[in-house]
Amino acid sequence: MGAQGHAHDMDRRRFLGYVLAAPVLTAAARLGADLAAPEQAAAAVPSLPGPAEILNLNDMLTVAALPTAGLIGVQLHPDGTASFALPRAEVGQGITTSSAMLIAEELDLPLDRIRVTLADARPELLFNQLTGGSNTTISTYLPIRVAAATARGRLLAAAAAAFGEPVTALTTRLGVVTSAAGRTATYAELAVAAASRTTLQVAVELKPARDFAVIGTPRNRIDARAAVTGRKQYAMDLQVPGALPAMICRPPTINGTVRSVANLAAVRAMPGITDVAVVSTGVAVRGRTFGQCIDAVRALQVAWGPGTAEGASDATVREELRRAELPLVVPPLPILTKAVDVRFTFPFAGNSALETNCAIADVRADRAEVWGSLKSPIVAQEQIALRLGLPVSAVQVHVVDGGGSFGRKLFSDAALEAAEVSKAMGKPVKLMWHRADDVRQGRTHPMSTSRVRATHSLGQVLSYEQRHTSVATDFGHGLGEVITATAAQLPVGGLAFSETIFVLTQETPYNFGVVTQLLSEVDKGFNTGSMRNIYSPNVRCAQELVVDRIAADMGKDPYRFRRDFLKDARARAVLDKAAELGQWGRAMPAGTAQGIALHPEYHSVAAVLVEIDCRPQTTGRTIPNAVTGPRVTKAVCAVDVGLAVNPRGLEAQMMGGIMDGIALALTSSLHLKDGAFLEASWDNYFYTRQWNTPAELEVFVMPPTTGEPGGAGELAVASAMAAVACAYRRATGTMPTTFPINHDAPLAFEPKPTVPPVPASPTDGLDRAY
Amino acid sequence: MPQHTFRLNGEEVTVDIEDDVRLLWVLRDVLGVTGPKYGCGIGVCQACTSHINGKAFNPCSVRVADLGPDDEVTTIEGLPATVGRELHPMQEAWLEHDVAQCGYCQPGQIMAAVAKVRQARAAGHEIGDADLDEIRNICRCGTYFRIREAIRAAATRF
Ligand code: FES
Ligand code: FES
Repeated sequence: MGAQGHAHDMDRRRFLGYVLAAPVLTAAARLGADLAAPEQAAAAVPSLPGPAEILNLNDMLTVAALPTAGLIGVQLHPDGTASFALPRAEVGQGITTSSAMLIAEELDLPLDRIRVTLADARPELLFNQLTGGSNTTISTYLPIRVAAATARGRLLAAAAAAFGEPVTALTTRLGVVTSAAGRTATYAELAVAAASRTTLQVAVELKPARDFAVIGTPRNRIDARAAVTGRKQYAMDLQVPGALPAMICRPPTINGTVRSVANLAAVRAMPGITDVAVVSTGVAVRGRTFGQCIDAVRALQVAWGPGTAEGASDATVREELRRAELPLVVPPLPILTKAVDVRFTFPFAGNSALETNCAIADVRADRAEVWGSLKSPIVAQEQIALRLGLPVSAVQVHVVDGGGSFGRKLFSDAALEAAEVSKAMGKPVKLMWHRADDVRQGRTHPMSTSRVRATHSLGQVLSYEQRHTSVATDFGHGLGEVITATAAQLPVGGLAFSETIFVLTQETPYNFGVVTQLLSEVDKGFNTGSMRNIYSPNVRCAQELVVDRIAADMGKDPYRFRRDFLKDARARAVLDKAAELGQWGRAMPAGTAQGIALHPEYHSVAAVLVEIDCRPQTTGRTIPNAVTGPRVTKAVCAVDVGLAVNPRGLEAQMMGGIMDGIALALTSSLHLKDGAFLEASWDNYFYTRQWNTPAELEVFVMPPTTGEPGGAGELAVASAMAAVACAYRRATGTMPTTFPINHDAPLAFEPKPTVPPVPASPTDGLDRAY
Repeated sequence: MPQHTFRLNGEEVTVDIEDDVRLLWVLRDVLGVTGPKYGCGIGVCQACTSHINGKAFNPCSVRVADLGPDDEVTTIEGLPATVGRELHPMQEAWLEHDVAQCGYCQPGQIMAAVAKVRQARAAGHEIGDADLDEIRNICRCGTYFRIREAIRAAATRF
């Protein structure tokens, strides 16, 4: 958790801004070197903190961003608008809006006159162009404000010169400078005069928090109108000359390879098809429409070689995990000690966004241009250059608005593939994965188990040990480089990447005596990646269920128990708020129950209270091609992110996180059988749908606490999943140990064939119109 | 190559393309109308939801040859014009409730919502929880709750 004194000093500090040599006013900023000194944060934590409490993943990302962050700049245009190219990916989390708010605040310019675009890959930014770990607002909060404040200072100076009045006689409001004598000049009029022919360094002060008029106020998204009119453009909506649709015929098992193709010429002659080429991931087709590409993919007769997970199924992976589990170290136990010992299983889960993997590539002999939603564009640029045999400087990577990410877009799978296909065909391509490909060959959140053993005696918890064992998570998207670059400064030397991430993100918020939480990993044969909130949903769900069990053993109420054992006042405050708003303990009919849980991470903390209905009339609802089951009827969330830049955006993130948590607890998972996943559609992979959505949902944003923004994008997933699991346990009287709870039930769908790899498009759309 | 004529957002269009190409690709790849999104291509995700003669449908699941010259296709781009305004009241409600996150599903959500309200009205009742539970559109960002609020707010405005 952040240090409060540190935050209060911040407002009075002076920061270094830059006015760059440019024809119109262009202001930039770098971070103060003492900004993220993690040792200070450690001092605020009272007793025996774990590594995650001293320096969590976000501190590391922020520290890594320090050396080059100064290159972030705001431009003021002669039409009175300001623009800013954010070196991050917008995938729905609302960071273009919150960034615009920071500029509006310091520049005194209305929000609708600020344009935030996404920066192309900028290799000179090194580690500062990675969107992950809910880190964006934390690492850009100061630099964006400093740049905007620098611009405002220049506008004031230009106005002072024009008016012949001192700067101290001037004020700014809504894009206009006004003098004490009543003279005015708009920013539009000053944009050129305020520009500089040489690059200057200036010292600026930021607005004190008490003067905030934009930061901390609920604002609608700046891209909302584009979204609801269909004008918002995603990668596949761009018109790049010559870039025709392309798809890939993929193998029937995970990462299978092409041995031979029997009918290349025949498929090349199909209607609309222009090219067919064998590439490293399958057989690529290019044509006039995606519909014709789907037909061509289905027509290809390919002999496939084995994949990287041949023969593997849920049961074999579970067995492998069991064998790799690190031993528990049970301490000597006093008489009357009771133990809870339980192992939870979390099958593979899908992190597909609604927009499937996709990218546009135009590869020429001496250069390449790529468009896609990329959270690690610099890594993408380097990988593409390597694969094409081009210098990095010959590869241009444009970051496009993304249709969701949830961890997927940390990787550049589609961009790399598009570049390879474009090179093989010698033509530009608009490459898109079919939904079936996205589910079956796309990255997954790896299967894991969590063994927990806790001991307690006479109302005290003496020990808490957790051994998390997981199929390896791939972090080869740039986060790895961040860790390498900062490794020397970390208090957890000698750990591998994934272990480092685990230790830096997992904290036990309770006073549970001797606590150890360890990770071990197996098997590299799967395409994996982190899913929204990395390890936390599983690790914390297991922990919160055990908390409920210990509370029950002690005869204590789950809410009271948590209150008594929590270490941190902010955590207690959100727990209290959720309990109060959700009327914790109210009388409920048999078969229904409340559950409550919380999750601290990224200098933030969220508590979620849910009510669940497990009565037969609810679980027995039938909806075609759907999973109904227990329904969460109500969810209440209280969240403290230190300072919510945009509380309305934060609410949205919490709501989305709660939907994810409900799905992870109750309905959504992938079933692995014979080296392939059975799911291939949204009617197979049961993410939360309207019929699973709680009719009552409330998010309460706590007033500012630390005064500095913490992470928010992923915070609610773990607390919601855990709260739903705890509610289910209380409603049914059985502790669930596999998630989602329906994973081992008979499949709720008929698996689609793996050859051909994608299903035909139906033709009955008119009959189903409503 | 066969020619197909239908009405799109108030205007007659004619395209040269094979009979069995699904309408979604005719809209997106041939005509450059990109409001309807791809999310599955098999009539499941509902991201492509548009209207045909005022009813919600999935263009990914209709052959272009199955449209006639009198069939009126409305995509999100043409929705405001159906009420003669700059924005349809459903879109306004979407803005008021700040529904969109990534936004990818939202054109389809809005087109489905308009049809769902009309369907409830035709059945003689105001839209309620049971109707809202029937909406199949996926939102992987989890905006379901705000969608419900926005639909309720807009239901009486058109
Ligand atoms: S793309 Fe048409 S329903 Fe999914
Ligand atoms: S807003 Fe992202 S899928 Fe719905």
